[in-house]
Amino acid sequence: MRYVLNRVLQSVVVLFGVTVVVFLIVQLVPGDPIRIGMGTRFDPEVYEALRRASGLDRPPLEQYLSYVGRALTGDLGVSFRSGQPVSHLIVARLPATVSLAVVGIVIALLVSFPLGILSAVRNGSVLDSVVRAASQLGVSLPNFWLGMLLILLFSSTLGWLPPSGYTPLTEDPVEWLRRVIMPGITVGVVAGSILTRYVRSSVLETLSMDHVRTARSKGLPGRIILLRHVVRNALVPVITVTGTQIAAILGGVIVVEVVFAWPGLGLLVYDAVRARDFPLLQGAVLLIAVVFLIVNLLVDLLYAKVDPRIELGGGDG
Amino acid sequence: MSERARNVGGVTEPDLDGRRSDHEVDDHDIVIKEGPRGWRRTVLEVVRRPVAVASLLILVVVVVMAIFGQWLTPYGINEVNISRRLEGPSAQHWFGTDELGRDILTRVIASASVSVRVSVIAVAIALVVGVSLGLFAGFFGGWLDSVIMRSQDVMFAFPEILLALAIVAILGPGVTTATIAIGIVYIQVFARVTRASALSVRTETYVRASKSLGAGPLRQMFSHVLPNISAPIIVQTSLSLAFAVLSEAGLSFLGLGVQPPEPSWGRMLFDSRAFFQDAWWLSVFPGLAVFVTVLACNLLGDVLRDVLDVRGAATTRGGGVR
Amino acid sequence: MSPAALEVRNLSVTIGQARIVRDVSWSVAKGETLGIVGESGSGKSISVLSAAGLGPASARIDGTVALTIDGREQDLLSMPGSQLRRIRGRRLGFVFQDPGTSLNPMLTIGRQLTEGPEVHLGMSRTQSRKRALELLELVGIPDPERRLKSYPHELSGGMRQRIMIAVALACDPEVLIADEATTALDVTTQAQILDAIRDLQNRLGTATVWISHDLAVVGGIADEVVVMYGGEVLERAETVELFRSTQHPYTRGLFESRPHLGERVDQLTSIPGAPPDPRATPPGCVFWERCQVRGDKRCRTDHPELVETSPGHWVRSFYTMSGADPHQDTASTVRPLPWKEHR
Repeated sequence: MRYVLNRVLQSVVVLFGVTVVVFLIVQLVPGDPIRIGMGTRFDPEVYEALRRASGLDRPPLEQYLSYVGRALTGDLGVSFRSGQPVSHLIVARLPATVSLAVVGIVIALLVSFPLGILSAVRNGSVLDSVVRAASQLGVSLPNFWLGMLLILLFSSTLGWLPPSGYTPLTEDPVEWLRRVIMPGITVGVVAGSILTRYVRSSVLETLSMDHVRTARSKGLPGRIILLRHVVRNALVPVITVTGTQIAAILGGVIVVEVVFAWPGLGLLVYDAVRARDFPLLQGAVLLIAVVFLIVNLLVDLLYAKVDPRIELGGGDG
Repeated sequence: MSERARNVGGVTEPDLDGRRSDHEVDDHDIVIKEGPRGWRRTVLEVVRRPVAVASLLILVVVVVMAIFGQWLTPYGINEVNISRRLEGPSAQHWFGTDELGRDILTRVIASASVSVRVSVIAVAIALVVGVSLGLFAGFFGGWLDSVIMRSQDVMFAFPEILLALAIVAILGPGVTTATIAIGIVYIQVFARVTRASALSVRTETYVRASKSLGAGPLRQMFSHVLPNISAPIIVQTSLSLAFAVLSEAGLSFLGLGVQPPEPSWGRMLFDSRAFFQDAWWLSVFPGLAVFVTVLACNLLGDVLRDVLDVRGAATTRGGGVR
Repeated sequence: MSPAALEVRNLSVTIGQARIVRDVSWSVAKGETLGIVGESGSGKSISVLSAAGLGPASARIDGTVALTIDGREQDLLSMPGSQLRRIRGRRLGFVFQDPGTSLNPMLTIGRQLTEGPEVHLGMSRTQSRKRALELLELVGIPDPERRLKSYPHELSGGMRQRIMIAVALACDPEVLIADEATTALDVTTQAQILDAIRDLQNRLGTATVWISHDLAVVGGIADEVVVMYGGEVLERAETVELFRSTQHPYTRGLFESRPHLGERVDQLTSIPGAPPDPRATPPGCVFWERCQVRGDKRCRTDHPELVETSPGHWVRSFYTMSGADPHQDTASTVRPLPWKEHR
């Protein structure tokens, strides 16, 4: 319990910091954020309304508190550019991004774990060399380039898959799959490559540990040794890395959505940055950061649960 | 009662179970260990590996392109020639032409300059600030450590690209903003690596010895601790350079980094978005340039990590701003 | 002497160019303990581990390792890997040096105890659990029911090593092999574990091979001692005989290196130098370089064979510290001088 409490407390502190940073986004803008955000659609009346609504004329501390207060109730302000409530805009885009992120994560996990384990177990073999080379390539690959290459191959040349657009899963699963597969691969490849290397190195390290030697000395069959003594132990440190890779995926989603014109949160963020629509940007950034915080917290808790050496009970062994 | 081990003829003596020789065959693991490495040895070890040599060659080519690019190109960087727009690779234009008839090979070569500039400066920023923070945090510990690490945690809560985008939104798109953004984002990696190493080295005898000789904390940190933890920092620098190039390309691809008329690989990809599906050379070559450069840096970093025997110098978690 | 439970004949282990173990022979009988003594690098562990298939994969092993099961002798080195695997754990039990890392930190004690019986003896979960409880009682762990659900990090070093012993004995093996089993423990715990092993051996009649660098420990537990250096057996005798009449200069050196409780010494002695590089073994006696006696001119150039100087006492040397040249029946070089006098 003590560990859990500590961890949650830490998350809360970080969350506080996050809100400050998000809040600062608007504060640090040199010039008048509203004017910048409105850009060419400047209208004095709308400007005044926005100014009063956003409270930018009040002292910073008061602004911060009111921002956080409203955020907690789901009110993330109003977009400078379109005048629409930020929360509405964000929620509308969520399903597309969730689809993409989940597919990306699944692909990354499905590829990295088996390959990483196999590569480590057959260290020095041809398979190992191929996996290592491939993961090194994957890590260095710009994901936007990969996306474009995939489009070139599967859309322009082969004509199998549509190059852009989104169909909700609920509407048409087949069409959904056809559209999500290329962006999903693009998102998953990089994270998958990084994960493969971590999995491989963790398994390699575990293989040389004493308890594996003990397991061998017990004459246990190879399969049991691998599953119960090697993989189980090796994957525990990988859990935390998986958490950070999910952050990578959340980040990668932004660029990939731009490449594939995928109407998700990432594209929204991109448009907000280009238009310098600060409330929209703040809202989206806040949401993504919070999601990431929660994911990390869950990952850490999972880690603690799986590794018996971490005292959840709070007592001394 | 003195305990002086007997020493015969200059040969250091092990205790019965000890090992002091450079050549040892341990009962429990058959490893022939060798002595410690010096700088010369490190370089020799690196050059021994073909992968490292190839990477170094590629990087040298990139740097040469960056510095001497303008004299190496067959055409002008912004030499427009509408009559020859969107032509595929040919004898006159090895990489083809873009939508304005500009030679792509020329632009690819010229783009090296900004990539090298941005990544070097960004990493320099991250290195100086990050290593300092890490040293202070690791060395002093206590509340300073907590404060620094907590603030890093907060930064860590944002995916890298998001942070960079936020900074760009605040300051407006451009090369300078991109450089600053990338630099700020990578501070935490250097801070972490430095802190971890500093923590482990802080209690070493030579540090305490310097303290007893009157060295103040700053001197201890920079003259004694820093040189001895240089290995992981070096490895991290190489890896961060790789991802800085990637990040610059990514930001430029989003139109938020390098602005025209300055050429940049990422920007070329951005410009090609409308046409690339019918003109593959528009996207393949610039992207290839980024890929190869990043790959070379990464491979070099891996070799360095092996040679310098560093563990845990992480690839930046997101693999760059992309 | 009862028939050997495990007998090693002319065992050699080579890795690449390095001849780590050269022509080693020994045997251990049911109910008896064989001690193998040597420094790091003497090949004492590798010889035993390789024999059981636990050595490095690239090692080349020659010779015969004969395990007698139910009266039938089987050569471990000539059987396929899968068969050897089935023998490990079932007929051979291992205890290693560091119980902290040798036990899997993520599994309960119970699971680690039941694994072996389930695989080798075909026991069900209930049966193996019962067996686990028996084993815990056997090695003297209090409150065994609760301990089954404990994790290794919750126990002290001594208890962990007892658990390792229990794990090794889980399938009632013919031979127990302990590699530096008490080295990582403090002296008191060491004594407790040694007592426990002796007691177990009396009760179960397991043949035991005890590998250690510590002559004192080996002296306390072994019936017969093999002294190894540089991959070779230099001396072999029953324990009492070895302590009473130490014949090889290296063994003498080992004895002289041990400080005695209560004795004031001006300096701690040890044998200066280090074992030879196994990739380039010297032509003569393997100990020649560090030997401070060098009692015969053949020592440098000729390789001495193992010679039986008295019944059951074998020495690999051209002379002995107590007198005669074992290679000839006549007394040649006699250097019965105590070690300390050589400078």
